Amino acid sequence: MNGDTGDAAGTPRPARAEPGDAAGTPRAGRPAGATALPPLRTRVVLGEAAAARRASPDSVRAELAEQTPVGEALVKGLVRAQLALAVRLSLVVVAGLGALPLLFAVAPAVGRVKVLGVNLPWLLLGLLSFPFLLGVGWAYVRWAERNEQDFTAVIRRPEA
Amino acid sequence: MNPYVVPGLVVVVLVTVGIGAYGLRFARTTSDFLVASRSVSPAWNAAAISGEYLSAASFLGVAGLVLRYGLDVLWYPVGFAAGYLALLLFVAAPLRRSGAFTLPDFCQVRLRSPLLRRLATVFVVFIGCLYLVPQLQGAGLTFTTVTGAPYEWGALLVGVVVTANVALGGMRAITFVQAFQYWLKLTALAVPVIFLMLQWQSDGRPAVTPPAGPVFATATTVVVQQDAVLDGTVKVRAGEELTFAAGERVPEVSSVDDNRGVAWLLPGGDSSLFATYSLILATFLGTMGLPHVLVRFYTNPDGASARRTTLVVLGMVGLFYLLPTMYGVLGRVYTPQLLMTGQTDAVVLLLPEAALGGGHLGQFLGALVTAGALAAFLSTSSGLLTSVAGVVFTDILHAERGGSVRDFRLATVLAAVLPLGLSLYVSNMDVSRVVGLAFAVAASSFCPLLVLGIWWRGLTDVGAAAGILAGGGAAMTAVLLTVMGPPLDGWYAQLIGQPAAWTVPLAFVVMVAGSLLTKRRIPPDIGSTMLRLHAPEELRL
Repeated sequence: MNGDTGDAAGTPRPARAEPGDAAGTPRAGRPAGATALPPLRTRVVLGEAAAARRASPDSVRAELAEQTPVGEALVKGLVRAQLALAVRLSLVVVAGLGALPLLFAVAPAVGRVKVLGVNLPWLLLGLLSFPFLLGVGWAYVRWAERNEQDFTAVIRRPEA
Repeated sequence: MNPYVVPGLVVVVLVTVGIGAYGLRFARTTSDFLVASRSVSPAWNAAAISGEYLSAASFLGVAGLVLRYGLDVLWYPVGFAAGYLALLLFVAAPLRRSGAFTLPDFCQVRLRSPLLRRLATVFVVFIGCLYLVPQLQGAGLTFTTVTGAPYEWGALLVGVVVTANVALGGMRAITFVQAFQYWLKLTALAVPVIFLMLQWQSDGRPAVTPPAGPVFATATTVVVQQDAVLDGTVKVRAGEELTFAAGERVPEVSSVDDNRGVAWLLPGGDSSLFATYSLILATFLGTMGLPHVLVRFYTNPDGASARRTTLVVLGMVGLFYLLPTMYGVLGRVYTPQLLMTGQTDAVVLLLPEAALGGGHLGQFLGALVTAGALAAFLSTSSGLLTSVAGVVFTDILHAERGGSVRDFRLATVLAAVLPLGLSLYVSNMDVSRVVGLAFAVAASSFCPLLVLGIWWRGLTDVGAAAGILAGGGAAMTAVLLTVMGPPLDGWYAQLIGQPAAWTVPLAFVVMVAGSLLTKRRIPPDIGSTMLRLHAPEELRL
């Protein structure tokens, strides 16, 4: 199995070059010299070619890369927006599902209500909880992607 | 014995090995073995994640618990599914963007601490073993139930097939195998349930909860498993055979703990609010900390697709969990003798023949669910073994990127030996309970690490290590006490038996406090790490 030694860290297989992994950066998690700053600086230089292709001004991107206060604030804003979204939706789940045991304990009569011949708690837990979770997940994916698009739009805005 | 079972099991094993061998043709480098070269499409990936996740505890255990305890244990399937929502909301996209392949990798990326990495390795191996042992045991018990062959054969067979498959094909093959096994598991429960419902209708819808308690649907002979007292009066000895007529009430057996009547049907049977919330916390938050779940996210090409994959998984897993409940409920009607023997985990396997009779239809559907159960053991243990082997490979054999495929195979065998040995010697652990405990340990160690690591700039390596040691260590101790210690009672029995409600908050509090006390150790490159975790890939600078 001599030929099987793995890919070198920074050479994505040609057919599968990933947008996310800039060339030359050691794969995350591999301890080999994974200090982030030097590769980041290199990437700005490399990024000029990409930016030229897209013909968009690159000052905000540079702000991000250089960790200037403006760039830092932009990232913090994105993180805060995504976290607020996740927390809000998990509160929806806590209210919708997490409160059920308490409700059943406080108002045992709820457990005796029958819908279509089945006791309500069985319907809620055994059937309806799954579409509910899926719905919350769907809403999250939609809004999280919108947050990211907003962030991207700010970075790409020509006058920035 | 059912003539369809052996051919069914042989087909599942052959198809598994066959897909594994097919995948082997593509697996040429270590990267192929570990992460399928990140070339797996979202639909395949979601089916593979679901196939990997739905273990023996889901396929057999949930129905068995419902049969025995009723409404209160519906929180298990709800929590198992909701775990993916928590994963989606807080972890999925940033984790993929971090580029971390395993939890120890994440420690390295986010906190740059080799010491924390080692600590995480210990927990990954512990959780992996805790989860792997009951899978192999479930395989052994299924073999005993269905074929009458000794317990060890089933455990060994599954252990060897899985080890060979992971060692030879790695994750690329496993992805196809897992995806196939999701659909097999879904079919194996969904098709019989249609016939079971029709049978129940044509039997005149016998009551699930007759006023006097469960009754035998047909004349039944029950072999007593342990010395016990029936209904508090009649003493019986192990091995004694009792015969009941159709319509006779099922006596309560002192050696079997179950819920009857209202306690089964209505909330709050005999589990306290504390135990219920503990279970909810463990399952909702534990999923994100399971080693074999995280590995899969690395096979998505970017953060946005990781999110979409998770959403599809949530749908697929939710669809599956509609089914075991039906088996548990119908088991109350057609296989109430399990309440006397205590082998409620076997309800899924026995129900088709019990309800539909020993004709070809009943036997065929019985063989189908047995094949599905085998798929459940194979897929979950393959995934677990791949992730534990991955950690052993990178962190214990110190192979790093240059490690050869041969090293990965060695790691696989090393990772398989301990759980396999344990499963042969510790045969009386309760499958579903142990899996629940694995969730509790994961929720108390890796959940706070991931959530705080992804969303809070202030996390330090010292704080993270302290939190994992306090919360995860406490949960680990509680698990070991529950599994190996003497039976407990009193108020602390619940604290030990369902630890998540106090160990998860403990882990969070210690982690935050520890980080605030060691503010100077916040990694200097935190800004660029946060950018990397949260910014869309198209903006990569």
